[in-house]
Amino acid sequence: MPYAVVAFVLSMSFGVLARQAGFSATQAIVTSALVFAGSAQFAALSVVVSGGGLVAAVAAATLMIGRFLAMGIALAPSLPGGPLKRAAQGQTVVDASWALANRGDGTFDRWLLFGTTLPQYLCWIGGTVLGALVGDLLGDPDRFGLDAVYPTFFLGMLIAELRDRRSRTVAAVGAVVALALVPFTPPGVPILAAAAASLLGLRR
Amino acid sequence: MNLWLLIVGCVVTTALVKAAGPVVVGGRELPAGFLRVVALMAPPLLAALVVTAALADGQRLEVGADTVGVAVGGLLLWRGRSVVLAVLVAVMVTTALRAAF
Repeated sequence: MPYAVVAFVLSMSFGVLARQAGFSATQAIVTSALVFAGSAQFAALSVVVSGGGLVAAVAAATLMIGRFLAMGIALAPSLPGGPLKRAAQGQTVVDASWALANRGDGTFDRWLLFGTTLPQYLCWIGGTVLGALVGDLLGDPDRFGLDAVYPTFFLGMLIAELRDRRSRTVAAVGAVVALALVPFTPPGVPILAAAAASLLGLRR
Repeated sequence: MNLWLLIVGCVVTTALVKAAGPVVVGGRELPAGFLRVVALMAPPLLAALVVTAALADGQRLEVGADTVGVAVGGLLLWRGRSVVLAVLVAVMVTTALRAAF
């Protein structure tokens, strides 16, 4: 489970960074256990560190996970049960599991989704506990290049997604849109805007 | 800032966003064009996450040690190496560059 290992490293860096942003160890661990969305947690953290307010931090986190809305819509036809059961199953969506469970024909293997999320969840909490407890001993976490963990991890998922010419095209468009918007919009917005590139799928 | 309020806010919005798709769309059959769009959603989102994480610092674009680290990790991934190896190398390259300069 390479993704569980990455989850561990990623959440450890969250634990370290959260402690430095003023979170108590308990707060860092509760955040990982209940939010369980790396990009949201890092987004909120970066707003706190840069001196932003409560609303801005929650908004950045929410925008950052806007993709889960799209992922949940895609997943919906593959989930059985009533609204509560469906809502609960929807909570298991994280990037890696969603991508792995995606059969590529519009349907999903939900047991593969749950099965790949569970080890990531456990490692996510374990890594945060370790990072929150030993973070104080490390000093400046940037010195250790932990900020390279997150983009490299997503790059791995991206390369696995580039199956054909169309997916390569929308990925390139998404990257250009995001970079072009960075100087002009709050963090989080460029990423959501990039998702609009998927509308190219409307063309046959 | 009250960090507990921040945490509660993030927990509530994350849970709602994750629940919305499965609950609202339900088990309905969706049109083929819609499914093609959804199938194409991951590549641009992931590409945007990669380039903004590696190149953007807040609202500024800059090439740093982490950019080089991620690029080296990407090269390993392109050659078919595992994600774990690529992440470890990316961290080591970034750390080494920061120590050197």
